Amino acid sequence: MAFEEKRAWIMLVVSVCAYAVYAVIILGRASGASLTEVPYAATLLWSVGAAIVISIVLNIVVSIASGGPAKKDQRDREIGRLGDYIGQSFVVIGGVTALLMALAKMPYFWIANAVYLAFVLSAVLGSIAKIFAYRKGFQTW
Amino acid sequence: MVKPTRVTNSIRALRFAHDELTQAELARRIGVTRQTVIAIEQGKYSPSLELAFQIAHVFRVPLENVFHYPEVP
Repeated sequence: MAFEEKRAWIMLVVSVCAYAVYAVIILGRASGASLTEVPYAATLLWSVGAAIVISIVLNIVVSIASGGPAKKDQRDREIGRLGDYIGQSFVVIGGVTALLMALAKMPYFWIANAVYLAFVLSAVLGSIAKIFAYRKGFQTW
Repeated sequence: MVKPTRVTNSIRALRFAHDELTQAELARRIGVTRQTVIAIEQGKYSPSLELAFQIAHVFRVPLENVFHYPEVP
């Protein structure tokens, strides 16, 4: 498996797990009450921070286990661009959604969570696109 | 999502014809990873024109001896 494909797997798994833990904690706190009353900011920041730290640690571990970081070649760069292109579309969607929600004076809870969900979807779908390209093929001609 | 390419190649045959050149050695000579050579051989990745020429140069054959495209009827 290409080193960059391993990195895509790490991003996918860590993003999904971090968001799942966050969602379980927040929904558990709400337990039937309104979600906008639930304290979420610290949990959200810890979830994002933990995902970043865990990703870095796993990348280092995989790099060491693979005998050092592999140099990116042409195929890695092209697949990376494809994944980033797909992932970034969700960042834009999240930004526009947050803008519209702010204009509609919606609670901060929903605005923050819309942006966080967009970040997660960006990471997840970008990673899936990369993994798919590595597994099923990627044609530039 | 992935449109299958009509470009085929003879890299595997050429490797064996050149003292069983390994995928790793071919990868080293053209400056890519072994996984990329495998993907090219299997038709899962179409290399850039420059990389295609580099592969042909390793085998000292013209480009059309390495990569093939079916004639339009």
